[in-house]
Amino acid sequence: MVDLRVRIKDLVFKNPVLTASGTCGFGEEIADFIDLSKLGGVVMKGTTLKPRQGNDYPRMAETPSGMLNAVGLQNKGVDNFIQNIYPNIKDIDSRFIVNVNGSTIEEYVELTERINELDKIPAIELNISCPNVKEGGMAFGVSCPSAEAVVRAVRKVYDKPLIVKLSPNVTDISEIAKAVEGQGADSVSLVNTFLGMAVDANSRKPVLSTITGGLSGPAIKPIALRMVWQVYNSVKIPIIGMGGIMNATDAIEFLIAGASAVQVGTAIFIDPTIPIQIVDGIEDYLKINNVQSVNELIGSLQI
Amino acid sequence: MKKKVEELLLVENIQLNHDNFKLVLQAPTKLPQMFPGQFVNLEIKKATEIFLRRPFSVLDVDYENNTFSLLVKILGRGSRVLTTYRAGDKISVIFPLGSRFTLPEEDDKVLLVGGGSGVAPMLFLAKICDLKPEKVHVIIGARSIEDHIDVASYKAHGNYYFTTEDGSLGEKGFVTHHPVFSEQLSSFDKVYTCGPDLMMKAVAKAAAEKLVFCEASLENMMACGFGVCLCCVEKTVDGNQCVCTDGPVFNINKLTW
Repeated sequence: MVDLRVRIKDLVFKNPVLTASGTCGFGEEIADFIDLSKLGGVVMKGTTLKPRQGNDYPRMAETPSGMLNAVGLQNKGVDNFIQNIYPNIKDIDSRFIVNVNGSTIEEYVELTERINELDKIPAIELNISCPNVKEGGMAFGVSCPSAEAVVRAVRKVYDKPLIVKLSPNVTDISEIAKAVEGQGADSVSLVNTFLGMAVDANSRKPVLSTITGGLSGPAIKPIALRMVWQVYNSVKIPIIGMGGIMNATDAIEFLIAGASAVQVGTAIFIDPTIPIQIVDGIEDYLKINNVQSVNELIGSLQI
Repeated sequence: MKKKVEELLLVENIQLNHDNFKLVLQAPTKLPQMFPGQFVNLEIKKATEIFLRRPFSVLDVDYENNTFSLLVKILGRGSRVLTTYRAGDKISVIFPLGSRFTLPEEDDKVLLVGGGSGVAPMLFLAKICDLKPEKVHVIIGARSIEDHIDVASYKAHGNYYFTTEDGSLGEKGFVTHHPVFSEQLSSFDKVYTCGPDLMMKAVAKAAAEKLVFCEASLENMMACGFGVCLCCVEKTVDGNQCVCTDGPVFNINKLTW
């Protein structure tokens, strides 16, 4: 029997495979396809204090080995989450993590306080890296002082594991990682999407209503992997790696590069059963290679 | 109905005209019931540069043979590659997806207006709506005669009318120019439409003016097809809604057209 369990602070995940925010709704949306309790965790759709309509259509463009999105944090707000979604997910045997967003530090803090009251939400992912909103979002995640300020404020009101989701749209992501670690973050998840754009050559117009959007999918995997490795060499807190993971081998590469867990995102759009295939694939890999625990893989890059 | 991902067998790929194909897919397990308006999402693995699945609405279902068919109109690279698949090929399909048209009540007189790949759910609806053929009227519009597909096998289910922009088949002009539409719209209890946006908007506008019940099936671009990517949204009176899960079929009173 191999041990798939991984840990962030005192929070144990039954395996290192989580679904990424914005790609699995609140879990319920993919429950037809997979048994959610087989996942290490579910990071739910980005949530804000007040409902948000998101950006105008079109919000998506297919690109080579990936896609751009410009959803803009469409969600029904935290009240709706607490009343209509939390009751349905709270007894599912997995880790349901809320992805917390705000336009101001005060909003991040207030939302965190609301989520803190929910016993069955064991952690939050603080999203300081959404590239598709005009206010807040990525603006907080691209400089050390602003990233520090959000994490410092949220840390004061939240004792459970605090994961901070980082933007790759920076000069040196390890500097941001160190900065949030310094303010008490328990983990960093990386990477959010890369800022990109698509142009329609026939109409000479941008494809997305917002002109720019966030690039995800296998196209970004080598960059994400590099960033996970750089951050692993810079901080002591566990890393949740993501960016173009489509199969178990991709996930294992992230673990070897230094991630303690991974998130599967865009792959779900192609096949919502992929996260479970990855859990099974990691288990097979450990068995075939006589590795007792998945923890032995983490940061095991042989140089 | 529970959604699933399944490898289906392509049993037939029939070319209907220069850019329309009928694909017949067989499932290894019992097919769920599928209704007009619902769609399936196909993975087109033959070309690696096609990253996302492509949605197609259901044209017909044969529960006896456990098959369903799709109308594939070549619109871009994804649909073009899909039409090169041959009988015996396996295709990963997510299905059944989306909402369905409200079926007519007994004695309803209905008008179905289709264009492009939107013809598929109209033919499906005409076939299964269980009305006397004289109560079912279908207008199909296209640019020219060669863009129309042969609907002879559906003619037992209703009255078919055609429009072309160049006048090469049926009435010259758009679907809304056909006298069955322009002169008799008020006589229908329900109007259904699927096709290009401009066509559906013209149909919806006229139906709204005459206060006729009207549903439209939308074709917004989507990444997932099952309500998680939030990319295919349409503005509705209740805010942005996903075409893949809240739709694709919407009552026109819900849309902000």
